[in-house]
Amino acid sequence: MRKLNLADLDKLLGALAREGRVYAPFRRNGRTDFAWYGAAGEPDLENYTVKAPKDVLFPQVEPLLEFRQEGRRLALQAAPLPQGKVIAFGVRACDIRGFAVLDKVFLQDPQDEYYKARRDSLTVIGLGCSEPEETCFCRTFGLDPARPGADVDTWAADGCLYWDARTEKGKALTDALGGSVPFADAGEEPAAVARQAAALRDRWDKLPLHGLHFDERLAAQELPAFHSPVWEKLAPTCLGCCTCTYVCPTCHCFDVRDEKTGPFDTERYRCWDSCMDRDFTQMPHGNPRKGRLERFRQRYMHKLVYFPEDHEGTFACVGCGRCLKACPVNLNIVKVERALAAELADTAKEGSE
Amino acid sequence: MSNKDRMIPVVGVITKVTRETADVTTYQVEKPGGGKLFEHLPGQCAFLSVPGLGEAIFSITSSPTNKAFLEFSIKRTGRLTDFLDGNMAEGQEIAVRGPFGNHFPVEGRLQGKDMLFIGGGIGMAPLRSVINYMLDNRGDYGAIDVVYGARSKEDFVKYGELTEDWPRHKDVRVHLTIDRPEEGWTGHVGFVPAFLKDLAFTPDKTVCLCGPPVMIKLCLAALTEMGFRKDQVFTTLELRMKCGIGKCGRCNIGKKYVCKDGPVFTCDELDDMPDEY
Repeated sequence: MRKLNLADLDKLLGALAREGRVYAPFRRNGRTDFAWYGAAGEPDLENYTVKAPKDVLFPQVEPLLEFRQEGRRLALQAAPLPQGKVIAFGVRACDIRGFAVLDKVFLQDPQDEYYKARRDSLTVIGLGCSEPEETCFCRTFGLDPARPGADVDTWAADGCLYWDARTEKGKALTDALGGSVPFADAGEEPAAVARQAAALRDRWDKLPLHGLHFDERLAAQELPAFHSPVWEKLAPTCLGCCTCTYVCPTCHCFDVRDEKTGPFDTERYRCWDSCMDRDFTQMPHGNPRKGRLERFRQRYMHKLVYFPEDHEGTFACVGCGRCLKACPVNLNIVKVERALAAELADTAKEGSE
Repeated sequence: MSNKDRMIPVVGVITKVTRETADVTTYQVEKPGGGKLFEHLPGQCAFLSVPGLGEAIFSITSSPTNKAFLEFSIKRTGRLTDFLDGNMAEGQEIAVRGPFGNHFPVEGRLQGKDMLFIGGGIGMAPLRSVINYMLDNRGDYGAIDVVYGARSKEDFVKYGELTEDWPRHKDVRVHLTIDRPEEGWTGHVGFVPAFLKDLAFTPDKTVCLCGPPVMIKLCLAALTEMGFRKDQVFTTLELRMKCGIGKCGRCNIGKKYVCKDGPVFTCDELDDMPDEY
């Protein structure tokens, strides 16, 4: 393992930026979010980001093609696949699992070529957590926030950034940095990293969501869960603002839209969309998810039931807790899972009595 | 083209436009310079694009045995279909993306079966692909009955094919019905579910049922009463779609995506899915 004085973080980011475009947490206007290196703001390895870094793989807007229509003639040109190395720096265990969830969607047959190109050119530098927040529950999904599991794992501890290149990609990047970063050797298991991990473990036992378990049996109960009375109880509170979907590391619904860019030219792009939105499934003759209840139910059924059914039990949730913080009416997946699992357990109990 | 992503369409050319009814038009599409844009199987769908208005998905109504072109019979129901109706003419180029979805099992479970096709309105479009496929491979299938309901005589799509071409084949019967009596119409009047009972089909047939959701539900009830099992009845579903490959998140019913797991389902499969379509 290597280490670097945190005072030299700028040097590291500068050196990384020579190897590819760097996406890292920066603090601006009192808020921390992932941004491209070079934009305003200070790198921030302490605070959690408001949004997930999913847009590094699944951009909010992605051009697909250009049409040129002149009279009866139509020409189209597919948008070139994204090129060039990208380095995501400071990604935590939850968001790394988020990438793995997105992989299941976009890399499954037929593979999304744009996503694949981004995925292949991405090197992820993880960041071990030290101060989990009260909304954190990544342990629910078997994650260890002290071990991000990226191409390179890093820890900010005792004034140093510890650097552990784990994969071929991570080692190649480390080699490419060469002497431009003043790394020092940190030995096999630096005491500072071990101390931080131990402190983290003590802390997570005291978190409000400690011990939270998501019921894996939900995946086997699609119809009872769909017809559960919990939706009628919870859905009316939802504003349908879609904020939860935009901050979520695993939400991946998209729209495809056309925009006229000239008298003969049209650009087609895809952009983030939300299943919580009213128009999402609107068709000329009707809407199968016509009300708030249907849309609310769809989002949580997808995360807790449909996705695990399709992907060997993997929930489309990573415990990052962003939706707990972002929802203006204090609804979130934890509340929904608890209510749903409890209601189904009660029904099963009644049935067996 | 720089990549093979399935979101990228190809350019086709409209080679014929046929007005079928007041609100249905059939568009024949080929490769510019001739030939088929792609092969498909009966029941599969494709997206048509109008730059600036976007894309919508339609069933391919021509049979895979048609080696010259693809056909789409499209009803005016919104901005894109209205535009197609007013603006597509022979020689117009159009973007096409497909084929998507599963298909009627013409090379599997339907082989050797006596078939009953039940279509309502524009729901006949995907069935026509199966019927013509079977007629072109006549030896592989048993008797064929087609029940087709429309609002009026003027609302039958491909009327000539229905009344002249299909009945010429051995063991093929076409039963038409319209919603209300009409001058000059000597055929059956009434809704399809009741007509099915009048025709007293025996439940040894395999059914392909396609039409508006309410018609599907009522026909299924009639068929069940007549002794058909739900696994003998194939139907197609239609939901809003943006990608066609199970990623955009729109067309799922439970864990199934209509775009890739459908659009063809048996009615017993529907029983295992949430009623959200």
